[in-house]
Amino acid sequence: MKTPRPVIQVSGCRKTYKSTVAVDDVSFEVFDGEIFGLIGPNGAGKTTTMECVQGLRTPDRGNISVLGLDPFRDVYALQDRIGAQLQQAQLQKRIKVWEAMHLWAALYRRKASDGDRLLEQLGLADKRGAWFMTLSGGQKQRLFIALALINDPEVVFLDELTTGLDPQARRTIWELVRDIRHRGKTVFLTTHLMEEAERLCDRVAIIDQGRIIDMDTPEGLVRRHCPERSVVLKTDDDHAGERFRGVPGVTSVAATNGRLTIHGAGEDLVMEVIRCLSEERIRVTDFRTVLPTLEDVFLRLTGHSIRD
Amino acid sequence: MLRGLLRLTWIEIKVFMREPLGAIGSIVMPVLLYVLFARLGRALSPQGRFTASSFFHVNVPVIVAILIAINTVLSLIAIISIYREGGILKRLRATPLRPWTILTAHVLVKLLLTAITLALMLLAGRRYFAAGLHPPVISFSIALIITTWSILSIGFLIASVVPTARFAQPVGAVVLYPMFVLSGLFIPREVLPPWLSHLPLSYAVSLLEGIWTGDPWSAHVGDVVALVIVFAVCTALSAKLFRWE
Ligand SMILES: Nc1ncnc2c1ncn2[C@@H]1O[C@H](COP(=O)(O)OP(=O)(O)OP(=O)(O)O)[C@@H](O)[C@H]1O
Ligand SMILES: [Mg+2]
Repeated sequence: MKTPRPVIQVSGCRKTYKSTVAVDDVSFEVFDGEIFGLIGPNGAGKTTTMECVQGLRTPDRGNISVLGLDPFRDVYALQDRIGAQLQQAQLQKRIKVWEAMHLWAALYRRKASDGDRLLEQLGLADKRGAWFMTLSGGQKQRLFIALALINDPEVVFLDELTTGLDPQARRTIWELVRDIRHRGKTVFLTTHLMEEAERLCDRVAIIDQGRIIDMDTPEGLVRRHCPERSVVLKTDDDHAGERFRGVPGVTSVAATNGRLTIHGAGEDLVMEVIRCLSEERIRVTDFRTVLPTLEDVFLRLTGHSIRD
Repeated sequence: MLRGLLRLTWIEIKVFMREPLGAIGSIVMPVLLYVLFARLGRALSPQGRFTASSFFHVNVPVIVAILIAINTVLSLIAIISIYREGGILKRLRATPLRPWTILTAHVLVKLLLTAITLALMLLAGRRYFAAGLHPPVISFSIALIITTWSILSIGFLIASVVPTARFAQPVGAVVLYPMFVLSGLFIPREVLPPWLSHLPLSYAVSLLEGIWTGDPWSAHVGDVVALVIVFAVCTALSAKLFRWE
């Protein structure tokens, strides 16, 4: 594999609003062709960071380069090559869906994507002639995603892309984002949904109170910060509990309501438990592994849940 | 970028026309107002068209023209601040559109509406003009466009600095209407302190009044220059102060 080329480089970025430090000493890189996620709770500084990268806000300090351009100096050249869905934006109340697509297509020097096809893909085909103000929240969101893709951008910025969408639409959007990546584009997104980050992102940065705490692949973060995992099983064997205590990697065994929960750490825990089950011929009627998630990583790193 | 400007302008026109009262408020109302004024004027001077109240002959078109301009500017202020508050400006900025393209589109929409209103007004009002009075319609239209352009820049400045949509229009009205009252249309200039004749609207009135009564442009170079200076100063200031969100 060739070494990945960074398309976004941020170093030492800081942004304050009066006395609020929104983003402090943030540094990261986003590589060509990856889906990079910025995750963190409300007010963590995700939008601020993303908008500095897009050239919509000016950082007080730090260097940013996107596609080799300075988002502040070369903002128009940059805008032509990126697509953006902003967290808080509206269109003219009485603009029609197709008019918005038509307008956006005229704003870029690059050749526009097929607007009708985008609307089709995003399930907005039958809303072509509807006024913006009559769209539901999720439909507006989908329109904004369509507008972000109209110039066939090299880097796509999606700020809270699935907020307000139903699970069905959320899955469609995830598919679409993966599709964008398949076409060789880079995606930079923010989310506070850990599941979304876990399923979609190649790499994530966890941001809390304006600082990036850690950055890695979702699996890498889980492996490093939450190596523990558990196996939950159901058995009639009253003595099963004791037998697991000797298994390598197991730290404790708890029995509740006829279920055994085996806590331990390390990648091999599940295999060792299964080996023990077969060697000791323990009959189980249910077997489930509980693996830590990004949610747990977040809790461990910040000391609070992302929903707080 | 011309393509973007034209398409944005066209869409803004359509969006404006879809607004309830959009077309009626900005086009039909001023024309009706004008007809009403003119009828009133004729009623006040029953024996002829020229004598009793030259006020109504000379000043009605000017008053109505200025009212149209003010109306236009107030609605521009409202639109800019609503767009800002609603995040529409911000969304437009996250494209290669230049700020001035966005603003120019709005100015074009407003100038176009002004021109249509004016044309209708002159058509509707033809039979109230005094016999023998041939108002220089084309020159007057040009004068009105210069005036509107200049006052629009005041509107921009207001829209740039007033934070919320709710305040923007009242602030605009508070700035513009007193200027209108003191512009020399209602109170003779001789009575007013001299510095008041340097209000932007005073130049506008002087220009419109003069052109309407048949002065050559050369008599009003000073007015035009003053209006251009107002435009330049306000535009420069709002470029510095303009806020997208
Ligand atoms: N325009 C602004 N003026 C003043 N303070 C701001 C502004 N924008 C953001 N902030 C503050 O900066 C901090 C970071 O805000 P930001 O919008 O970047 O957070 P976020 O991570 O995107 O949050 P959310 O998940 O709610 O979207 C917050 O404390 C917020 O109050
Ligand atoms: Mg945000």
